[in-house]
Amino acid sequence: MTSARPLDRFRSSGLLWPLVAIVALLAANAIVRPSFLALRFQDGHLYGSLVDILKNGAPTMLIALGMCLVIATRGIDLSVGAVVAISGAVTCSYIAAAPDPTSARAALVGMGMALALCAVLGLWNGFLVAALGIQPIIATLVLMTAGRGIAMLITDGQIITVRNPVFRTVGAGFLVLPVSILIAIAVFVLVAVVTRRTALGLLIESVGINPEASRLAGLRARTIRWTVYVFAAICAGVAGLMISSNVSAADANNAGLWIEMDAILAVVIGGTSLAGGRYSLTGTLLGALIIQTLTTTVYSMGIAPEITLVFKAVVVIAVCLLQAPKVRAALGRRTRRRSAQPAPDAEPGAERSEQTPTGPIVEKVTQP
Amino acid sequence: MSVDAKQAPRAAGRPPVVQMRGISMEFPGVKALQEVDFRLFPGEVHALMGENGAGKSTLIKVLTGVYTPTGGVTTLDGQEVSFSGPAAAQDSGISTVYQEVNLCPNLTVAENILLGREPRRFGAIDGRATRARAAELLADMGLDVDPGSVLAEHPIAVQQLVAIARAVAVDAKVLILDEPTSSLDQDEVAELFRIMRVLRDKGVAILFVSHFLEQVYEISDRMTVLRNGRLVGEHLTQDLSRINLLSLMIGRELGALEELERLADQAGEEASAAPVLRATGLGRKGSVAPFDLQINRGEVVGLAGLLGSGRTEIARLLFGADRADSGEVTVDGKVVQLRSPRAAIASGIAFCSEDRKGEGVVADLSIRDNLVLAMQAAAGWARPIPRKTKDQLVEKWIKALDIRPANPDALVGRLSGGNQQKVLLARWLVTEPKLLILDEPTRGIDIGAKTQIQKLVAELAQKGMAVLYISAELEEVVRLSHRTVVMKDRAKIAELDQHATVDDIMRLIAHVGERTEAVAG
Amino acid sequence: MTTSATPVKDNASPRALLGGRSIPGRVVPVIVTFVLFVLLFGVGAARYDGFTSGQVLANLFIDNAFLIVLAVGMTFVIVTGGIDLSVGAVVALSTMVAAAGLRAGLPLPLVVLLVLAMGSTLGLLMGLVIHHFEIQPFIVTLAGMFLARGLCFVVGVESISIKDDVFRSVATSPILLPGGVSITWSVLIALVIVAVAAWVLHRTRFGRTAYAIGGSEGSATLMGLPVARVKVGVYVISGLCSAIAGLLFGLYMLSGYGLHAVGMELDAIASVVIGGTLLSGGVGYVLGSLLGVLVLGVIQTLISFQGTLSSWWTKIAIGTLLLLFVVMQRAFMRRQP
Repeated sequence: MTSARPLDRFRSSGLLWPLVAIVALLAANAIVRPSFLALRFQDGHLYGSLVDILKNGAPTMLIALGMCLVIATRGIDLSVGAVVAISGAVTCSYIAAAPDPTSARAALVGMGMALALCAVLGLWNGFLVAALGIQPIIATLVLMTAGRGIAMLITDGQIITVRNPVFRTVGAGFLVLPVSILIAIAVFVLVAVVTRRTALGLLIESVGINPEASRLAGLRARTIRWTVYVFAAICAGVAGLMISSNVSAADANNAGLWIEMDAILAVVIGGTSLAGGRYSLTGTLLGALIIQTLTTTVYSMGIAPEITLVFKAVVVIAVCLLQAPKVRAALGRRTRRRSAQPAPDAEPGAERSEQTPTGPIVEKVTQP
Repeated sequence: MSVDAKQAPRAAGRPPVVQMRGISMEFPGVKALQEVDFRLFPGEVHALMGENGAGKSTLIKVLTGVYTPTGGVTTLDGQEVSFSGPAAAQDSGISTVYQEVNLCPNLTVAENILLGREPRRFGAIDGRATRARAAELLADMGLDVDPGSVLAEHPIAVQQLVAIARAVAVDAKVLILDEPTSSLDQDEVAELFRIMRVLRDKGVAILFVSHFLEQVYEISDRMTVLRNGRLVGEHLTQDLSRINLLSLMIGRELGALEELERLADQAGEEASAAPVLRATGLGRKGSVAPFDLQINRGEVVGLAGLLGSGRTEIARLLFGADRADSGEVTVDGKVVQLRSPRAAIASGIAFCSEDRKGEGVVADLSIRDNLVLAMQAAAGWARPIPRKTKDQLVEKWIKALDIRPANPDALVGRLSGGNQQKVLLARWLVTEPKLLILDEPTRGIDIGAKTQIQKLVAELAQKGMAVLYISAELEEVVRLSHRTVVMKDRAKIAELDQHATVDDIMRLIAHVGERTEAVAG
Repeated sequence: MTTSATPVKDNASPRALLGGRSIPGRVVPVIVTFVLFVLLFGVGAARYDGFTSGQVLANLFIDNAFLIVLAVGMTFVIVTGGIDLSVGAVVALSTMVAAAGLRAGLPLPLVVLLVLAMGSTLGLLMGLVIHHFEIQPFIVTLAGMFLARGLCFVVGVESISIKDDVFRSVATSPILLPGGVSITWSVLIALVIVAVAAWVLHRTRFGRTAYAIGGSEGSATLMGLPVARVKVGVYVISGLCSAIAGLLFGLYMLSGYGLHAVGMELDAIASVVIGGTLLSGGVGYVLGSLLGVLVLGVIQTLISFQGTLSSWWTKIAIGTLLLLFVVMQRAFMRRQP
């Protein structure tokens, strides 16, 4: 039994279900509303439901990409929604207060400041997780709770509206395709290239799978962990720019509300385990698209948009259940493989070895 | 009490409490147990002996209901039984205490002892009665532990004794102690044995698994020896000499060991006096007392001592895994600050941890990725090792170390222990370290891989690498090392030359007590 | 023989003296929370007129009765090392079902039973999925949160006001206490639940098993404890508590709405953590969670008394407190290997 094949099968099937889901959703849409798949080219812009899905999904995609790397290191970042709000709040406040609120300079400086602040927030999360060693879920809960308060502090509790053409481009502009889609795609390509062409991806996975072994192999586990939180915060910052730019306003209360949950879902649907380790950027992207398509589908079917949540819940449970037995199957395969070793090694139970992996029961106990 | 220990096994008319007949256990592709017979009498300490993979753990798991055997019959008190799991076995009076303490560290000693069986009043747990009952049980065993204290506050040894108290609290007829002594020091072992004798004299049948030969001879009344899943003999301890026991257990592979000895000797002649690493007064509070150590080029220095003697701690200090709070280390004559593993690696030091799973392999990565991990970490993430170089390295080392399967894409987590160890060795060898620290590299792996690794160590030394070799098996240390450093109670007590024997080391460990400080200084 | 100089004795006794006789380390966070509560209350008393009145204290309970119940349920889950993100949504769903049921003319007792059954069932389902499919509680309860919120809107998109007379009279009729202080029935219900929960968690085998699971699930299984039952059970309790909290919230708001209690799960989690429960499981007290809720409540009261401070300072204050406690827990865990 070679291991490459089960591995390939595993990975490809990791993308299989998300793909099936998205195709099924698109097909359902196309059947109900044949015009769904149609694309129009007008004034040098591309229009159509598919474009809308991509455009509306762009912020989630971005955040999910950052979240994916965080989750790969065994972490989680609950604060991204709050960071989205802060990013929009900083930019809009700056632009609104600038001498010329319509100038490109105001927009660029404002966005630059927002992203810088987001990087600082990422550093903060990274500090709590990597330096102080606090559980990621709690560490980022701090900023999740306080973050919206900070955003409201910045906007003074108001919804700040701005009219700035440059800023508007980020979320509502077109370059054949909506600019936000292009940004999301660019970031995806960038991350994919950076993680897979360099050794970063390997090191991130290594830290996620076995932090202590990674440290002893000489990895700068702390730096890597720190980096992914900063990256996630910057992704959230860009997403925040998109969201506030799209409506030309900063709403500290509602911008990016629950987007962290959507992002986590996207990552999980895409086949990356919350337990860390091996991750799939493509899967994450598909996951984000599934969530967005689902929302759009519900909308286009004339169901009350709030009920999307029910469908989301169904999808989450379905995907998780589909993945759970597979995990078991994989475990089963591993057990069989292990047992297939010559007897002495099949049972390294003696010699006060730490555990005795022989059968499925023990396997289950020792794996987590 | 009434039953004389030595007589107990032979007590006529006293039927065995446990009798297993023709037990077979098959996993896909592996016959872990074949037609094994086993019996356990009340009021005896029965040692289950065997090498790795002999089937000891499997037999215990069959007895405690973790596995359902593929053949054979188990009777308890003459009744045929088949347990659905450890809980069911416990209800029938078979309790197990494992090496890793399976208690809840966050609860108190009393709560742990009586968890699930707490005395209740009006439906509520009676906290006072729980503590009183626990105190009673602990007193019965002669243990002075505050039942109201939190378990995590106690050292492992005490936790283990608490686990035994819990096992006894169910009125166990059969008590299984699976390697209970491996993390205990001598005094703690003595305490454990005292309690075992108390229980034995009360008529409890104790099944004892340990790899410390002397302990087995000290405490057991009878032993059953397994080899490769088969029963090779059941003897009274007093009737079976150590040599006979060893030949029953091993029965082979002596030739390979002799060949190795020659290898080590040759290397010894070539070992130069150029120190690769020199540690002066290196120590860490609560971990290991300040020690001096010099390791030369082409030399294998063995680190011998019992578990907890400080041997692993020395390795971790030299690798920067723990930070020293005193002393100085020079590598090639230059003072180095070993603040982190990274710093140590940069100085040419490599370290294979004894905890292969927890601190060694990255299970869900492929052999290729694991193999280049240290090299890549040293290079930094921005400078990936070219695919071609990687493939060449991986191919070379898979062949050189005979890693199986020879598929670079295989996930390391699915490899056998021996092959995982080889991948780890390869991970460090590609970084071409000056000093290789191996902590128990042959623990828990099959004899074939073990011999391969030992040979490799000898060869590496011959080629000029310095090796610090740690092993619980004194024979192994003696065979491989040009010099042996002996550890006891977290301090270095002696340094022996290449003519040292296992007896020398044993005697040192046994007798250097009060003089510890004088010698170490 | 019993007093022989074994390492057992050497190592254990001094620590036992520290840990067993004086204040156990795990109670420290609860005491800190209590001290914090007293301090914050003292600050209020020193700065604002009328802060010291018994009614201010009573109002803390009145305004947070539902949160107290929620935090109690959450404590059970977190003690086992789990988490329940669905509680806020279940609160909303409960108000919605209650409001819709009463509007449809169902008798009040039936509506109450229905809501309680619904909450428990949701908890049961989540617990079963978590335990039997070994999916992280985080994800399962997140799905539960979406489901419950979505179901709210299936019942109705608009807010439904509750007009049932009995319900309204329970909501509005005060219970007078000596000293001119009045509380509501909600407070009484919440306090009864705290008492019952404290008894279950601290004095029954069920509770003990919950702690054991939080300490080491593997060990708890090997010890033959009913791990499955308790692990699923804590989610049922949390679901039930959410439903009760939903009813109390309904009493407080006198309406059902799908957007009620948005983010309340975070308040509940924050209260539990501030109350000294370790998010990694195994350590925690029901009373601590009650104190946690009160600390959040007193901060809110302080900010409203101040008048010049905007409401978002509450969030920032809670975040800061959370940070303090998390760092404190971290230090506490470092001490305990």
